[in-house]
Amino acid sequence: MIDASLFSSALTALTPILFAALAGALCQRAGVFNISLEGSLLVGCFGAVAGSWYTGSAWIGVVVAVIAATAYSLILAIGSITFDGDPIVLGVASNLLAVGLTSFLIRTVFGTEGSFSDPSLQGLGQFGPIPGQSLLVYLSWLAVPALAVLLYRHPWGLRLRGVGERPEAASSLGVNVTKYRYGVILAGGALCGLGGAQLALGSVTLFAENMTAGRGWIAVVAVMLGRAHPLGVLLAALLFGLAEAFGFRLQGIGLPQQATDAAPYVVTLVALFLSNIKRKKGQPA
Amino acid sequence: MSRVRLIAVPVAAALVLGAILLLATGTDPLAAYGAIVSGAFGPDGIGDTLAYAVPVAGMATALAIPLRAGMVNLGGEGQLVLGAVSALAVGLYVPGPGPVKVILALLAGVIAGAAYAALAAVCENRLGVPLLISTLLLSYPAMSLAGYLVRFPMKDAGSSLPQSPQLTEGARLPEIDGVTTGIFLVVAVIAVYTVIDARTPAGFETKVTGWAPRFAAYAGIDRPKLTLRLLAASGGTAGLVGAIAVLGFPYRFIDGALITPQYTWIGLLAALLAGASPLGTLLAAVFFAALTSGGFAMERATQVPRELTAVLQAVLIIFLAAASGVFKRKARRA
Repeated sequence: MIDASLFSSALTALTPILFAALAGALCQRAGVFNISLEGSLLVGCFGAVAGSWYTGSAWIGVVVAVIAATAYSLILAIGSITFDGDPIVLGVASNLLAVGLTSFLIRTVFGTEGSFSDPSLQGLGQFGPIPGQSLLVYLSWLAVPALAVLLYRHPWGLRLRGVGERPEAASSLGVNVTKYRYGVILAGGALCGLGGAQLALGSVTLFAENMTAGRGWIAVVAVMLGRAHPLGVLLAALLFGLAEAFGFRLQGIGLPQQATDAAPYVVTLVALFLSNIKRKKGQPA
Repeated sequence: MSRVRLIAVPVAAALVLGAILLLATGTDPLAAYGAIVSGAFGPDGIGDTLAYAVPVAGMATALAIPLRAGMVNLGGEGQLVLGAVSALAVGLYVPGPGPVKVILALLAGVIAGAAYAALAAVCENRLGVPLLISTLLLSYPAMSLAGYLVRFPMKDAGSSLPQSPQLTEGARLPEIDGVTTGIFLVVAVIAVYTVIDARTPAGFETKVTGWAPRFAAYAGIDRPKLTLRLLAASGGTAGLVGAIAVLGFPYRFIDGALITPQYTWIGLLAALLAGASPLGTLLAAVFFAALTSGGFAMERATQVPRELTAVLQAVLIIFLAAASGVFKRKARRA
């Protein structure tokens, strides 16, 4: 029941969520409520597949994914910072736009409907000691301590957290609040691009309509569970990855697929309850 | 009238952006937009538009009810399918005369949707899980449950598809010219919402909470109680839409049939466009339903994928959010 391959499939499930959740944590720390992670991930998936298909190189695909998702996150940045729009409305609308836009593009660019895959589409392939994992998986782990150091051991991180906690104070000390907020949203977009690339070119190589299937939302929950701390976020994402992998395993012993599909969402919700009961404070961020 | 002005600019901007996209794919934008309009309102299309507008307007109203107080219900899909399978269960298994069955099935749909949405409200009130998250996370298991039910215990034995058997002749909502009589129920719900919103203390409390949550709290409005009531009303309406969908053609539940057409999300965008005002939401829902059904006609006429209309709808809301932000900022300075 519990063996190496369980952890391997948990890692595969975890990586895109971890990238998106780190993006969310970074935004949260700077006082930006970012729920458009789902859309950025999906745009990243599409960019990765398009880039890989047209250049024949999966790594150029990764670069295209990062550029596409970063550009896409400008919607939230411009809309909420420059125009003062409601970040929740912008987030929901940009997630829906991503679904519509990628479905539109899959038909105009690839001429197929629903999903695009081809035997000659280059994937990221295997890297390092763990079977079935790409270089991006290791990169996502490295991103956790890197972000933790940036946030808690570097002047940038100090200013960034200042912008999140006391924007007026930070502003009066000469910190450009707008610039920092733009910065975290765009950096978050880049991280989502990496997550999307892993999802579309990692263990499978394809693009399918709405293939992120709520992972960006799970990342939003992971940010809450992990209190927007990189290590906490890693643990929260790991919980979800394990739930998903365990679900697949249970399918093997005869549980219906629908039960195992629902498992990760239920596990996440229960984890949120428990963490709130433990804290006994009714107001999560 | 300021809302109308506020909407006009984003609509124009979205149409311009759509035109640019169309030009990029080498299509004449005027021809494509013309095909959408004639497809949506022409003699062949008007029936499709109406049939599509019923669930979209129903879901838009369902999501507008809490949105009026600034609460976002992202779990409409779960409440919708739960209402659908509950109505289906009553229609299939409860004995009795046809009309009684139909009424009981509709009630079952309302109760199931309301209870499930209320559960999400309890998650926020008692367990501190934000509504946005609790509604959405609960949506997935509900959809999975419905998928399980029509694959195993409630499956149509004579079919290979994941669908339920058809309801018997007596236990159906009749159709008039291809449009379900459920349209009257949806109109009735919108009428009730309009009256409550405009003429009752409950409606006023909801609007005040939406305008100024902190003022509402100081004025003694009990937010948890309001959340619970609004979510129950919201989920109940979504459940009713699900019940109507099953009791009308094709008189059965097919897995994914209520999810694939995106009723819930188009409804949410319509509610956002109208600022959740009752009649505005109805107008916005009909507008978006016409756009969507016109999109199919456009696809047939010009080879442009119908997803263009989904892009236009979302872009419109993004522009609107930006315009509202600027509008609020100006109001603060004035």
